[in-house]
Amino acid sequence: MIGICSYSGYIPRYRLNRGVIYGAMGWMNPATIALARGEKAVANFDEDSITLGVAAGNLALQNVDRSSVESVYFASTTLPYKERLNAAIMVPALGLKDQVRAADFTASLKCGTTALLTALDGVKEGNSAKTLVTAADCRLGKPGSPQEMLFGDASAAVVVGSENVVAEYKGSYSVTYDFGDHFRGVNSKYDNQWEDRWIRDLGFDQFIPEAVNGLLEKTGMQIGDFSKVIYPCIYAAARRGIAKKLGMIPEMDQDNMQLEVGETGTPHSLIMLAKALEDAKPGDKLMVVSFGSGCDAICFEVTDNITKIPATLSATLASKADLDNYNKMLVWRDIMPADFGKRKEVDHWTRYSAMWRNRMLVLGLVGGKCSKCGTAQIPAADICVNPDCGAVNTMEPYPYADKKGKISSFTGDNLAASVDPPAIYGQVDFEGGGKFMFDFTDCKLDEVATEMTVTMSFRRKYYDEKRDISGYFWKAVPAKEDN
Amino acid sequence: MASGIRDKVAILGMGCTRFGERWESSAQNLMVEAFQECLADAGIEKKEIQAAYLGTHFDEVNVSKAATPLSLTLRLPFIPVTRVENFCATATEAFRAACYSVASGAYDIVLALGVEKLKDTGYGGLPDINSVDSYMVGSNTTAPGGFAQLATAYSRVWGLPMDKIKDAIAHVSAKSHANGVLNPKAHLRKAISEEQIKAAPMIAYPLGLFDCCGVSDGAACAIVTTPEIAKSLKPNQDLIKVKAIQVIGSSGEEAGYNTWDGAHFATARVCSAKVYEEAGIKDPRTEISMSEVHDCFSITEFVTMEDLGLSPKGGAYDDIMGGRFDLNGESPCQVDGGLKCFGHPIGASGLRMIYAMYEQLLERVPEERQVKNARMGLTHNLGGLPSWNVCAVSVVGRD
Repeated sequence: MIGICSYSGYIPRYRLNRGVIYGAMGWMNPATIALARGEKAVANFDEDSITLGVAAGNLALQNVDRSSVESVYFASTTLPYKERLNAAIMVPALGLKDQVRAADFTASLKCGTTALLTALDGVKEGNSAKTLVTAADCRLGKPGSPQEMLFGDASAAVVVGSENVVAEYKGSYSVTYDFGDHFRGVNSKYDNQWEDRWIRDLGFDQFIPEAVNGLLEKTGMQIGDFSKVIYPCIYAAARRGIAKKLGMIPEMDQDNMQLEVGETGTPHSLIMLAKALEDAKPGDKLMVVSFGSGCDAICFEVTDNITKIPATLSATLASKADLDNYNKMLVWRDIMPADFGKRKEVDHWTRYSAMWRNRMLVLGLVGGKCSKCGTAQIPAADICVNPDCGAVNTMEPYPYADKKGKISSFTGDNLAASVDPPAIYGQVDFEGGGKFMFDFTDCKLDEVATEMTVTMSFRRKYYDEKRDISGYFWKAVPAKEDN
Repeated sequence: MASGIRDKVAILGMGCTRFGERWESSAQNLMVEAFQECLADAGIEKKEIQAAYLGTHFDEVNVSKAATPLSLTLRLPFIPVTRVENFCATATEAFRAACYSVASGAYDIVLALGVEKLKDTGYGGLPDINSVDSYMVGSNTTAPGGFAQLATAYSRVWGLPMDKIKDAIAHVSAKSHANGVLNPKAHLRKAISEEQIKAAPMIAYPLGLFDCCGVSDGAACAIVTTPEIAKSLKPNQDLIKVKAIQVIGSSGEEAGYNTWDGAHFATARVCSAKVYEEAGIKDPRTEISMSEVHDCFSITEFVTMEDLGLSPKGGAYDDIMGGRFDLNGESPCQVDGGLKCFGHPIGASGLRMIYAMYEQLLERVPEERQVKNARMGLTHNLGGLPSWNVCAVSVVGRD
C-alpha cells in the first residue's frame, strides 16, 4: 500500500485582523471592505518559506524514522534562493541524512501537489522508501490590494511511503494550462493578478470540474464516494457553482480556512488536506485538488492508522497571537523602510566555506557528546567542555533540534539592531546537558521568565541585502503552556 | 615555585586624559595628552623609557593594528613596542606586561599606555565584535543585553525579586554619579537620583539608560620601574607598589557546561583569590581600602562585589543598600566615578582605574573625594560577557 504515512500543517503564530489592514489601507481601495473579514496568518519577521517548510516538515516527521527518508521535495513560489537548492538547506534542519534526493518544485501554486505526485510515483517505483514533501509560501500583495487582504502565510508537509499508511493513494489526474491568473516575473516582489471574474468563471469554474471529472472517470469512482473534496478557491460564489456542477452536497466541501489563515498559495491544498485528515475516519475517501497553471486532482482513502497522527494543524492554528500593528507587518516584510539605526549597517555576510564547515551546527543544530565522559555540549568542540574530562576528538554527533531546554537567564535588548525590538535572548540549559545563548522568538518580553521550558525552531537569522543572502539558525521558543 | 609580582615593581608616574566625547581629539592627541602628564609625573625624560606596551581594542575605528601607532605618535626612539589586546581588560593587560618586563629584569623603566577612540562610530554603545563564525550562530547580543542577564539569573539563584535588584543597582549608579560630579576628568558629571535612574528608558531589561556606563574617548598610562629606582628618583614621595596582578580567561565552562549559574563571574572568583594570595591579603573585606571595579553596567558591579569577596555571597544587596561602597562608606568603590561616570574608553580603562587608586594612595585628590588612610586599592577590569570573559584584578598599595 502506497500513500501518506504522516502529515502536518503549520500556521505561524501571528494573525493580522483584516479590519486592521482595512483601517490602514482601506482609504486607497474602499472595495476591499468586502474582504475585510476574519484574520490572516503572518509569518514572523524571522520566518520565510524555508523556515515554514522546515517547521511543517519537522512536525510531520515527529514519529517517523528519519533515516528511512530518501527523498525531500520542497514546493514554493517564494523560494529564498533562485540558485542554491532550497531543499538542501532544509535537509540538515529536518534531521535527515545527506544521502537523499532533494528538489525544489516551484513556479505554480499547484507545485505542492505535483511534488506530492512525484513522491508517490517514486515510492511506487521503489526509488525511495519514504519521501518528505513540504510546501510553504509567503506571498505578498501590495499595500491596499485585495491580495494583501486574501493571502496568508503557512506550510504543510506530507510523508509518503509504503508502511503505516494513513491515507492510501488511489489515483490522480492532472491538467496543465498556461493560465496567467496570478503571475510574478523573476524580479517581482508582489503578486500580480488578472481580473477576478476571468479567474473565477474561466479558471476555477472550468478547470476544477475538469480535473475532478477526469479523476472520477479514470478511477471509476463517483463524486458521492468522497467524504471531502478539497480545493483552494477564494470565490464563495464559484465554490457554490462548482459544488452544484459536480453534484457535491455541502458537507463534502472542505472549508478553505480563508477567515482564519488566508489563501496560502502552494501549500494551500495540502493544508486543507491536513485539516480534512485530522477530521477523517477510517474508510473516508478524500479528493485533493490544486489550482495554478492547471490542476492536479489526487484521491486518497483513509486507513485505520489515521488516529495515530497528532493534529498539528489544529494545534498551530490555535496557538496564536494578534499582530495588532499593520506597520509592523510592512517592516517585517521589507515593504516599508524603517530606521534600524547605524548598528544595523555593520557588514556581516556568509562566508560559504565557513558555512560549509559549520553546516551541521548552523542548519542542523547538532552538537556533540563526549564518548569518554558522556557530556553533551554545543557546539561540538575538539576538546570536551567538562573540566574533569578534557578529552580530545571524542565528540559524537548529538542533535539539539529536538531537545527541550530551560531558560536560565534572559533579557530584552533595545540596543540590538532588530526588526522586532526588543531583541529577546538568553541562556538555555538543555535537558540531558549542554547550554547555549539563543535568540528567542514567537514571544513577548513580559511572557518570558527564568525556568520556562523552550523548544527549538529553525529561523532566518539575518538577511544580507548587499548580497541577497538569507542566513539561518535555530532560536528558542518559550513554551506557551508554561505562561 | 613562582614568587609572584608583589613589591617587585613600583609606579613611577601616571597620566590620564579627561574622558568623554572628545570630538576634537584623535586617538593620537589623547595618547600625547596622557603621556605628557605621565612623563612629568615620573620626572624622567622620554629617552629613559626602555620598552613600551600599547593597549587598544577596537583597532578598526581607532588607531589601526600593531604597536606602531604608539611609537610613531610619541616618537619613541627605536625601542621595543608591543600591542596587547584583551577586550575591556586590555589596559590592565598592558600594565601587567610592563610590570613583568621590569620584574623580569629585562628593563628598568617601561611604559604602558591604553587608548580608545570610540566616538567615531556614529552611534551609541560599542561596535559589534562578532567574527565570521560567531555571526552564524551567536544571538543578537549587545554588551548591555549580555550583562543584563546577570540580573535575571541572580534573581533566579538567590530569590531576590527584580524590583529589589532594581533598587540596589539604582543605588550603585547614583553613587557613581555623585562621585563623578566631584571629578573634573570624568565624562558624566551630573548627580542623578535613584528615582530618575529607575525611571530611565530601558536599554536591555532590566537595565535602563543609567545602568549603563559612558562610552568615551580617552587614554591613560603608567611608567613603572623597580622600587629601588623609584625610591632613588623620588626620595620624598610615598612608594606606590604593585602588590598583585592577575588575569584569568574563561575556559568555556560557563558558556558550555551546565554548572555555571549565570549569576556570577567564574573568572573573577578565581582571579581575586589568586590576587589575594599574591598580595598576601587574608581578609579582603577589611584589608582592601577602596576599589575601582568594572561597572560597565550597574549589575556587573553588584555581582562583582561578591565575586571579589568584598561582599559575602548573596550579600551584595545589603552592603550596597547599607552604603558600604559609597564615598563615605567603609569600602568606597568607584571613587573617581567608575566606568559609569568617569567613562569607558575600552583600551584605557584598566589604567584609568589604577590611576584612580594611585592618586588616592598619594592623597593627591581634593578633600571632598579623598579616601582617608587608604593603604590598598583594588582594580577589577573585565572584558567580554558574563558567559565568557577575561578578568583582570590588581592591587596597588603604599607601605
